Amino acid sequence: MADTVFEIRNLVKNFGSNEVLKGISATVKKGEVISVIGASGSGKSTFLRCLNLLEQPTSGSIEFEGNDILGKGFNVEAYRAKVGMVFQSFNLFNNMNVLKNCVLGQMKVLKRSKKEAEEVAMKYLSVVGMSAYVNARPAQLSGGQKQRVAIARALSMNPEVLLFDEPTSALDPEMVGEVLSVMRDLSKTGLTMITVTHEMQFAREVSSRVLFMDGGVIAEDALPEVIFTSPKEARTREFLTRVLEKRA
Amino acid sequence: MQFFNEIIGIISKYWQMLLKGLGYTMLIALVGTLVGLVIGLLTGVLRTIPKSKNTFLRILQKIMNFIIAVYVEIFRGTPMMVQAMVIFWGYALLAGGNTLPVIGAGLFIVSINTGAYMAEIVRGGIMSIDKGQFEGAHAIGMNHFQTMFYVVLPQAIRNILPSVANEFIINIKDTSVLNVIGVAELYYNAYMIQTMNYKIFQTYVIVSVMYFAMTFTVSRLLRLLEKAMNGKNSYVVLGSQSDPAAEIRVKEAE
Repeated sequence: MADTVFEIRNLVKNFGSNEVLKGISATVKKGEVISVIGASGSGKSTFLRCLNLLEQPTSGSIEFEGNDILGKGFNVEAYRAKVGMVFQSFNLFNNMNVLKNCVLGQMKVLKRSKKEAEEVAMKYLSVVGMSAYVNARPAQLSGGQKQRVAIARALSMNPEVLLFDEPTSALDPEMVGEVLSVMRDLSKTGLTMITVTHEMQFAREVSSRVLFMDGGVIAEDALPEVIFTSPKEARTREFLTRVLEKRA
Repeated sequence: MQFFNEIIGIISKYWQMLLKGLGYTMLIALVGTLVGLVIGLLTGVLRTIPKSKNTFLRILQKIMNFIIAVYVEIFRGTPMMVQAMVIFWGYALLAGGNTLPVIGAGLFIVSINTGAYMAEIVRGGIMSIDKGQFEGAHAIGMNHFQTMFYVVLPQAIRNILPSVANEFIINIKDTSVLNVIGVAELYYNAYMIQTMNYKIFQTYVIVSVMYFAMTFTVSRLLRLLEKAMNGKNSYVVLGSQSDPAAEIRVKEAE
């Protein structure tokens, strides 16, 4: 059990009378690289946002390394520092340059010294190939560059898990590649990753497991080769045919 | 020609009084705007605290929000001149005839009056910030106050600067209502001068030029501040693939 990161049981999320997640159960083990695929509106992003409590689940339970994250008195801030998140819309701090973006959380949340925080930030900015742009402000960067900085910002917190919420959906096609290649490299480092994505090729080649969501539930949970070559569920097959045909 | 001679006559005779009045007007407007802005920022941070899970804290939050709402509505909804009278003479009544020092009372009244408007201006400023900025900060473990202080308010302040300039300019002009409690600001002193020389038109022409000089200067200075807060529109790329020591200056197209 020691290597279980997330234990999710019967997770439900309602927005008013609209039931978006209808009972999700899943286990995530350390080092797994999971892709979550499915049609728009199937609840993928909501599921991911529940995992770091940007959305408060309506019912069900989520355990992180054996601790109930929905319990009373649970330290949400300390938890979020361990579970990083990369957003579709980057969400870099517009009032700071690239370096400060990566330093702020380390200093304020992890209480690292400025010197240490800057060293860590530079390390991860190099990993994503953005160390030359420390002085630039987010508004001066392209979408792909912003997303790479956002990944460096999340990595600078030395998280145990990194959540990606459609990290390439807001990017021009030519910039998708640079972000995916960073993520591909990350997936080989042993970092636990959960990625909501529409990039089927990425899901197929990079992930160790694929969750297919449909109508607020996990319809199929299997290895990528199974999902993409011989899915058990008819709706998985339908979804993939629809998506892959559009690409072709 | 006579008109100009009269103007020059008034200035040379009463310049100290006029300058003193200008000084107090500027002091009260400046302090009132700054303190008002601080009140606005404070209420902005407090009003946006996410609902607590703890029942007791949630009730406390409700009470606090109610108090802020009452404060805003009352001080926005009554004339500052009336507030000045009520506070000044209300204090005198409670203190058995002792009155507040007039300048202190003036500073206090303009500050809390401006605070009520600033509370709404700041609220608007915070609403104008993209939800993603909050989420980006929360996602790395920052709490509400850190998120506000380091990420949201710096951007909100930049956005509300034109409204803050508005308030400042309104304050420069509206401190004139403090004459009802005897604050020796510019309008009060002009009134005094006018009762001595009976040159009403000439005196107020001078005073209106002085008011305009103040408001125009403030308006230009705050525009400069706005520009400064926009930051540089160029940055330096450190190193390139071929030459790690290279520095490339990149300028944004405007």
